[in-house]
Amino acid sequence: MEHIELFFKSIFIDNMVFATFLGMCSYLAVSKKVTTAVGLGAAVIFVLAVTVPLNWLLDQYILRDGALVWLGEEYASYDLSFLSFILFIATIATMVQLVEIVVEKFSPSLYNSLGIFLPLIAVNCAILGGSLFMQSRDIATLGLALNYGVSSGIGWFLAILTIAAIREKIRYSNVPGPLRGLGITFIITGLMAIGFMSFGGMLTGSDESAPALDGSPENVGMQTEQNQQENIETAQTVEVSTITKQ
Amino acid sequence: MGLLSKKDSKLILDPLADNNPITIQVLGICSALAITAQLKASIVMAISVIAVLGVGNVVISLMRNIMPSKIRIIVQLVVVATLVIIVDQVLKAFAYSLSKELSVFIGLIITNCIIMGRFEAFALANKPWRSFLDGIGNAAGYGLILIIVGFFRELLGSGTLLGFKVLGDPIAKTGLYAFGYENNGFMLLSPMALIVIGIIIWVQRSRNKELIEEH
Repeated sequence: MEHIELFFKSIFIDNMVFATFLGMCSYLAVSKKVTTAVGLGAAVIFVLAVTVPLNWLLDQYILRDGALVWLGEEYASYDLSFLSFILFIATIATMVQLVEIVVEKFSPSLYNSLGIFLPLIAVNCAILGGSLFMQSRDIATLGLALNYGVSSGIGWFLAILTIAAIREKIRYSNVPGPLRGLGITFIITGLMAIGFMSFGGMLTGSDESAPALDGSPENVGMQTEQNQQENIETAQTVEVSTITKQ
Repeated sequence: MGLLSKKDSKLILDPLADNNPITIQVLGICSALAITAQLKASIVMAISVIAVLGVGNVVISLMRNIMPSKIRIIVQLVVVATLVIIVDQVLKAFAYSLSKELSVFIGLIITNCIIMGRFEAFALANKPWRSFLDGIGNAAGYGLILIIVGFFRELLGSGTLLGFKVLGDPIAKTGLYAFGYENNGFMLLSPMALIVIGIIIWVQRSRNKELIEEH
């Protein structure tokens, strides 16, 4: 059940592009044609599915507070979490290189379709963002981490696919000159993000009391992180709405 | 600008307008959008990026002749990651609540395309001083857009600037609120950042027709 919940939550509610704006650079640069967008999207799913579980293992057994306890009791007080950026990015860069070599060897046709995008992905914020959110949301098990990687990848894939399709169509419309290209893409993405916000009520039901009743530590962790991340926005919207009620 | 030659000051001023990293070069958009609901967070983010890019450009420029080009991406990532860790630790030490608000977005400076883009395009081929100016200029162009977006979102969304109630008190109905003005809570939601940037692009390109794209 929690797998299904995490799956849909990562695709729709916490969509990489529309909720957290990760991977926007390649999302804007490579979304002119549907075919290239599909190639990049597939590569992102693939790399996220590999790097998120790997970084989960790193986080569990090396980085977090007290994680080194498996080496012996005297290591229990070490907290290496300040090293997580550098270790995560190193894992990602190495994995991307490795994946490129392996894919080239075993599936030349896949390599030809993904080829040019793979090196680009090492510096795609969606990949590092996936690992960092995995860490700050306290994903509980390796299986959930894999699920999280794949499903956020699918969310990103959906986003780039839709915007590429829209951009192919919009070529035939008469957009005002200064808005052409980048400007209109930004505004369309904004409107799509507003659309995606309507998925917000999908899992929690109708109001905010529902997740609080659910006592499993993983859900509570995710909830607090989400609150933390959106605290500016939600707090102020709540403030605004209470003010208008008064 | 007495200190700088004409060519050098161009390095700083160009990215602020006609070659802006966000609106023209389309670099570094990821972090630009998520944290601009408040002016304060935008300013902190802008300063962090200026620090990382200025110092990073100098480091890369100093190493440009001894660095084998095959492993340059890894070297660049390590340099940025180190600088970002320093910024992150400084923020945690001196502005803890703010660093909680920015959560993972400080970490995401590492993969901010502006940084890698400027390393590749400029610092690898230029002397340290010029690279430093280029880094500062581009990061400032990025920060400028961040601050404009943060300004409008905080002003229209919650009627405050840096936490000060510049439009009056919405509960006591003073200032503008006395005339029936209401805050637009929608501006605080993240999709509006995209639309505000879209409008900035629109304004900039209608003022400078050369920037208009074909499609």
